[in-house]
Parts: sequence; C-alpha cells; structure tokens
Amino acid sequence: MSEMWLWVLGACAIAYLTKLSGHLVPETVLEQPWVSTVSAGMTVGLLTSLVVVNTAVTGTTLVVDARLAALLAAGIALWLKAPYVVVVLVGAVAAALTRLAGW
Amino acid sequence: MGVSIAVAVGLYGISFGALGVAAGLSVWQACALSALMFTGGSQFAFIGVMSGGGTLGAATLAASLLGVRNAVYGVQITALLRPSRTTRPLMAHLTIDESTATALAQPDAQEQRRGFWTAGVGVWLLWNLFTLVGAMLGERIGEPTAWGLDGAAVAAFLGLLWPRLVGRDARTIAVASAFVTLIAAPVVPAGIPIIIAAGVSGALAVLQHRSAR
Repeated sequence: MSEMWLWVLGACAIAYLTKLSGHLVPETVLEQPWVSTVSAGMTVGLLTSLVVVNTAVTGTTLVVDARLAALLAAGIALWLKAPYVVVVLVGAVAAALTRLAGW
Repeated sequence: MGVSIAVAVGLYGISFGALGVAAGLSVWQACALSALMFTGGSQFAFIGVMSGGGTLGAATLAASLLGVRNAVYGVQITALLRPSRTTRPLMAHLTIDESTATALAQPDAQEQRRGFWTAGVGVWLLWNLFTLVGAMLGERIGEPTAWGLDGAAVAAFLGLLWPRLVGRDARTIAVASAFVTLIAAPVVPAGIPIIIAAGVSGALAVLQHRSAR
C-alpha cells in the first residue's frame, strides 16, 4: 500500500475515533463549557488559516496572484448571501478571468 | 429540512472531488476520504495542506484538529436523542455539522431523530456520489490552475468560515489566525503555519472563555 493511502486511511481513523469519543466518553468530561468554546475557536482559526494559505502562500513564499481576486469575489458573493456552490464557482471564475487578463 | 440540506451539501462534493484530485489524490483516495472521514471541513483541510506543499503528516494533523468539533456534536446528539449503545457507532460516523444542526433545529424528539438520520444518511450518499463525479472531472481537467480551481479552493474555505464569523470573539480569533499564518508562512515548512494558527486560536479561545466568566 502506498504512503498516501496509509495517511488517508490513518486520518480517516482519527476522524472517526474523534466522532465516536463524543458518543462514548462520559458526558461530564466533554460537557465542560470550555471544551465547546475552544473547539469553536480552533475551528474558526483553522479555517481562517486555510483561507490565507490557499490565497497568499505558495510553498513557503507569500505571493499575490489571481487567488486574491478569487478571495475578494467570493467575499462579495457571501456578503450578497449567495449559496455555497455559487460562491465556489464565483471564486473559480474570478481566478480564471484574472489569469486570462494576464496577472 | 433535512432533505434540502442534504441536496445542497451533496453538491459541494463536486468541488471536493475536483480539488482533491488537483491536490494530488487519486480518484479513489478522494472517495475514501468522503466515505470514511466524512466531515467536509477536515477533508478540505487535508487537501488544502497538501496543495500548499505541506507534508501528509501536517495534512492529517490539520484535518484531525478541525474534526474536534465533531466530538462536541456527539455529546449534544447523545444528550438529545439518547441512542442505544448499538446504534452509537453508526450515529458517530454520521455526526457532522449538517446532521447535528438539523437535529437541534427540530421541536420534538421524534422529529429530531428523523432530522438527524435524514440529513446524515442523505448527505453521506450525495457527498460520496458527487465526490466521485468531481474527482473524475478533476482528473480530466488536470492542471489545478486551469479553470481557476485554486480560486475555487479559496472560495470553498471562505464559504466554510463565513457562517462562523459571528460575534467579536470569533472575529478576533480570525484576525489573529490570519496574522500568525502570514508571519509563519515564510519561516516554517509548508503546512505548519496552519497548525500554529490552530494552537494560537485555541489559546485565545481559552482566554476569551476565562474573561467571559
């Protein structure tokens, strides 16, 4: 089995065990209010970081390219309350058009 | 309600499948993530780190940290639906943003149970079907930058983040996380800035929790 498969299946196992822990661990442990606060905060932080990395980072270099146009266009679409699928398409079109324009 | 959520979410599977293949997964690896990991945010995190040049270890760590909220959902679902021991392993697999939100939105126990299963099973079926479609499309497209697929990834993450930016605490964490990521990116190996940002965000959330009491 390739290394990629091992990581894919390993990550899947971790995700499932995490879900299962919520169902099996005694409620008193996970029901502490700080658990949900930290989990919600970390979720926001991770998603923000993923937005930034996918917009402005290539390898270990900061770059400004067509992806920034995608970010702005997607932000406008979300602000206009567009559905998720439309937002993703808007991002793709914005990046493609910006590149077509020569940036 | 469960059905409409399931249909909408299933369609996102296309973007996951296409982006997963663009990031370097095979069609079947993308499908395995959707069938077995089955939590969209973590799956996008996994391929997001990969496409940024991060190691598979960093991708796994980012996906795992993003999945922590599912444990919290599990507690809520167990408290709400009081499932039997034997159904818990299956319910755990179906415990995601959409099934939890649908169950919590229903007025009585029977509707809550129905909402959870309809959304959970519905999203799972459509998510997997459309991941396969998206992955096969992605294989034909080839180069990630063609058709603006990298722009689609940016938009996909922003779309996941957007509904969570409610309140000052969440926005503070978002700004701090963005700042930390930009500072760390040129200094540490690819993929690691996301992990650092997760740590900083968790610490900030603890501080916010303390000062709120």
